[in-house]
Amino acid sequence: MAINYFYPDYEVIRNEKKCIKCKACVRQCANEVHAYDEELDCLVSDDASCVDCQRCVSLCPTRALKIVETDNTFKKNANWPQAMITDAYRQAGTGGVLLSSMGNPQPYPVYWDKMLINASQVTNPSIDPLREPMETQTFLGKKPRTIKFDSEGNIVSETYPNLKLSIPIMFSAMSYGSISKNAHESLARAATELGIYYNTGEGGLHQDFYQYGANTIVQVASGRFGVHKKYLEAGAAIEIKMGQGAKPGIGGHLPGTKVGEDVSRTRMIPRGTDAISPAPHHDIYSIEDLRQLIFSLKEATDYKKPVIVKIAAVHNVAAIASGIARSGADIIAIDGYRGGTGAAPTRIRDNVGIPIELALASVDQRLRDEGIRNDVSVVVGGSVRNAGDIVKAIALGADAVYIGTAALLALGCHLCRSCHGAKCNWGIATQRPDLVKRLNPEIGYKRLVNLLHAWDHEVKEMMGGMGINSIESLRGNRLMLRGIGLTEKELDILGISHAGE
Amino acid sequence: MKRVYVNEDWCLGCHLCEYYCSFANSGKSDMVKAFNGDKKTTPRIVIEEGDDINFAVQCRHCEEPLCAKGCIAGALTVTNGIVTIDSSRCVGCYTCVLSCPYGCIVTDHEKVVKKCDLCASKSGEPACVKGCPNAAIVFEERG
Amino acid sequence: MNYLIIGNSSAAIGCVEGIRKIDTTGQITILSDEPYHTYSRPLISYWLEGKVADEKIYYRPEDFYTKNNCNVILGKKAVKIDKSAREVILEDGSAISYDKLLIAAGSRPFVPPMDGLQLVTQKYTFMKYDDAKAVKEVLKPESKVLIIGAGLIGLKAAEGVYKVTKNITVVDLADRILPSILDSEGSSIVQKHLETKGVRFTLNDRVKSFTENTAVLEGGSVLDFDILIIAVGVRPNTEIAGECGIEVSRGIIIDDTCRTSDENIYAAGDCTESLDITTGTQKILALLPNAYIQGEAAGINMAGGSKNYGNAIPMNAIGFFGLHMITAGTYEGETHVIKTDDEYKKLIFKDGLLKGYIMIGEVSRAGIYTSIIREQIPASSVDMEMLVSRPQMMMFGKSRRLEKLGGVNVGN
Repeated sequence: MAINYFYPDYEVIRNEKKCIKCKACVRQCANEVHAYDEELDCLVSDDASCVDCQRCVSLCPTRALKIVETDNTFKKNANWPQAMITDAYRQAGTGGVLLSSMGNPQPYPVYWDKMLINASQVTNPSIDPLREPMETQTFLGKKPRTIKFDSEGNIVSETYPNLKLSIPIMFSAMSYGSISKNAHESLARAATELGIYYNTGEGGLHQDFYQYGANTIVQVASGRFGVHKKYLEAGAAIEIKMGQGAKPGIGGHLPGTKVGEDVSRTRMIPRGTDAISPAPHHDIYSIEDLRQLIFSLKEATDYKKPVIVKIAAVHNVAAIASGIARSGADIIAIDGYRGGTGAAPTRIRDNVGIPIELALASVDQRLRDEGIRNDVSVVVGGSVRNAGDIVKAIALGADAVYIGTAALLALGCHLCRSCHGAKCNWGIATQRPDLVKRLNPEIGYKRLVNLLHAWDHEVKEMMGGMGINSIESLRGNRLMLRGIGLTEKELDILGISHAGE
Repeated sequence: MKRVYVNEDWCLGCHLCEYYCSFANSGKSDMVKAFNGDKKTTPRIVIEEGDDINFAVQCRHCEEPLCAKGCIAGALTVTNGIVTIDSSRCVGCYTCVLSCPYGCIVTDHEKVVKKCDLCASKSGEPACVKGCPNAAIVFEERG
Repeated sequence: MNYLIIGNSSAAIGCVEGIRKIDTTGQITILSDEPYHTYSRPLISYWLEGKVADEKIYYRPEDFYTKNNCNVILGKKAVKIDKSAREVILEDGSAISYDKLLIAAGSRPFVPPMDGLQLVTQKYTFMKYDDAKAVKEVLKPESKVLIIGAGLIGLKAAEGVYKVTKNITVVDLADRILPSILDSEGSSIVQKHLETKGVRFTLNDRVKSFTENTAVLEGGSVLDFDILIIAVGVRPNTEIAGECGIEVSRGIIIDDTCRTSDENIYAAGDCTESLDITTGTQKILALLPNAYIQGEAAGINMAGGSKNYGNAIPMNAIGFFGLHMITAGTYEGETHVIKTDDEYKKLIFKDGLLKGYIMIGEVSRAGIYTSIIREQIPASSVDMEMLVSRPQMMMFGKSRRLEKLGGVNVGN
């Protein structure tokens, strides 16, 4: 046998005294970590297969299980951390590109955590959201520059299709294929109940979910999977996906094993074939080309639906956004480098792109400087983790946020970053029927609704604290933010003062 | 009347309902004690496992309970719609096992048979319902 | 309404409970020739064995009659029915009138004529509480017990005395034990089990003659005994019905509602003939569940409700010394047999239907098979492989399961 260069990353610790041998762990682990040994009459584990998804820990009725990071240690080396050495071993063994899932986990600065929110004292009193009206409803899309009325008081200016959001949060694009049907149903039902939107991703729209069309954003990506007239008409808005924060500059690849009957029909590709999304849209090589696609889609849907263009946050994001704003898009979605994914090459995910906070600040500023800020709405995603991040994003200039990872957490995701293995023990990032059924949409959608209600309350609390009673008054209100531990340059890009200033 | 229903679409076959059922009927305050002690406990629930479908079956509390009608010892009775067994009267003849159309009367090493009583002596939902991680077992009124 | 019930066992109790579902005020009179609160006859062997305490042999709680507002006349035998006067005459000459009458007179042991039987002083049958009490009275650890009859009653009697004496011999004319419920394979399994416990069998033989303490068999052997229990069979108590002109064949003839040929007289339980749906023939199904179900149906109909006793089949659940067996239906047809160390199972199919089964040892969930027989569910509509392997709801397929398990309102 060849040398095994690895030691398992995680170890299963089982408290034998508390284990009642119910075997729930055995039945629930799709990675087959746990097994019952009849001879020994006890449970045994294969640590090497454990991805630390915590499913067994969560279901163990006596809390007899925990998963710990191994303390097996390679010789300390600040330049060569253990994980990096292991990656080299792995690639030396396989010769392949390393794959990962979910967002960039590397210890880059998180700018959300380096900004602090203001609160009123004495001169401009704070507002108690439990006693006074507080508005978090917002509209996304192009706004008229001026409003003109006729003698009867009717608006005569041209108005544009907008999305109405009861709270400034949407579920970001996650395709049916990368996540399960039950996960999609949870998102669709939650969006409907909340009065917000979820996003089909590039996988098309399953026939069962056309009923949620009024709360659906349908995506058109480089593979154009599942795109047809009825699909475009079904959604409330259309999103052109140019890029994704987790893997800017590259396309996508859904392996044929995940393309079963339902996915095949929804994506309109043969069963069992790989679904390859090219890195670029092969019909878009300029802003003019993009404009052509935007207007093709508008034409196809009778100019009734706003068109979103989604890009990854990269170096020239402000200039790119300016071009998009001029190309006829109604909404620009920017996805930061911490955004999640069902599968991405590890090196791309960990090294390409820029933080959403900086991208947002520079885009908002650029659009203002050019006087076209009201021609588009700006939606940001790529690791919006809580209500605090939302308030900061809006204060930096966002109209709304996209959440993906946080939504999956509500559905049970434990961020084990093994989506690409397609054996998600929580029934989210898998198409295996026995695993998919683990996510009951009845539970899932309620948890999503709970999460967003909670965040909405918190946003209102923070707004009230600032003496602001409408989300519109918070937008781009960078005076409400102060940086902490940031350099002059960072403060400059964020357009905020340092704490104490 | 509220009864326990299983939605097999959501049943994971994790068997936790069995364990919560046994625990609830063990009289023990601690789950570990209930299972790792000397006295073994038996669930009043039966899990059926198929290739891609699982479900739990427990007493349907029939309006015309054949088990109670056929009981030779008068041990099975209906109280407020709940079919209950008086273990002190049961002689273990298994006529109820013969009669139950759902196979919900459970036999074990003990002399008497056991069955679900909807956890009537405890408050709230039956233990299997509370313990189901995926809301596959529900306690509700249906037509 | 004035109800009269002859009998005080399960059919009678079923009748009371049936009447009270419809009519909570009518006068109910129960008439029994035994002096006891309603008790369960199948429990007498358990009582003799000491498994069932005195107070637990009763079929219903002590306050049953009061709660159901019944007038109970115990220890008096009904001797005659006057249909036209709608009266029942008791042995003391008194008469009780009725609007609706239930005959739940049960059955009695059949004792065939045998040479020298009159010489035996300690001879008993084994059906009533009094029988068990009498046996208990004389049973000693050194007693040698001879049981004539290797049927359900004979073998339950053997189990009943076993705690006190293991010196038990069972004689039967048939070549195997429990012929009424088992096939020969099953019989030999159960016989072996009983033999390992020390019970001796002499089959294919009969008693030629008795002296006070010996039985001489036709085969030539001579068996010593102290206590003789005769359990060769039972006969339905149909005389009181037959004599007043109600139609009687081997048992009292009733329709689906348990009514006899007289519109005011119903009958239920061991004294009647029921329609066995597995064969389509009328037969006496002397078993407690059937008695209760018929009694209850009779009660409901007597009180003006509407109920068929329906779907009767022969069926039995019984155990001897920890070995359980459950059987149902009839055994003619194509068979599937599973035999392992722990289980013997035989399924019998005919005309595309499950007609009967025998399960010995592993008997769990047998009721699912019973229901398939009773509901006459075509074998083609279930998963045959699952059906044969073990009783399970899985065999029914999703929509039928939803219907059966009640989950019709959910799911996709």
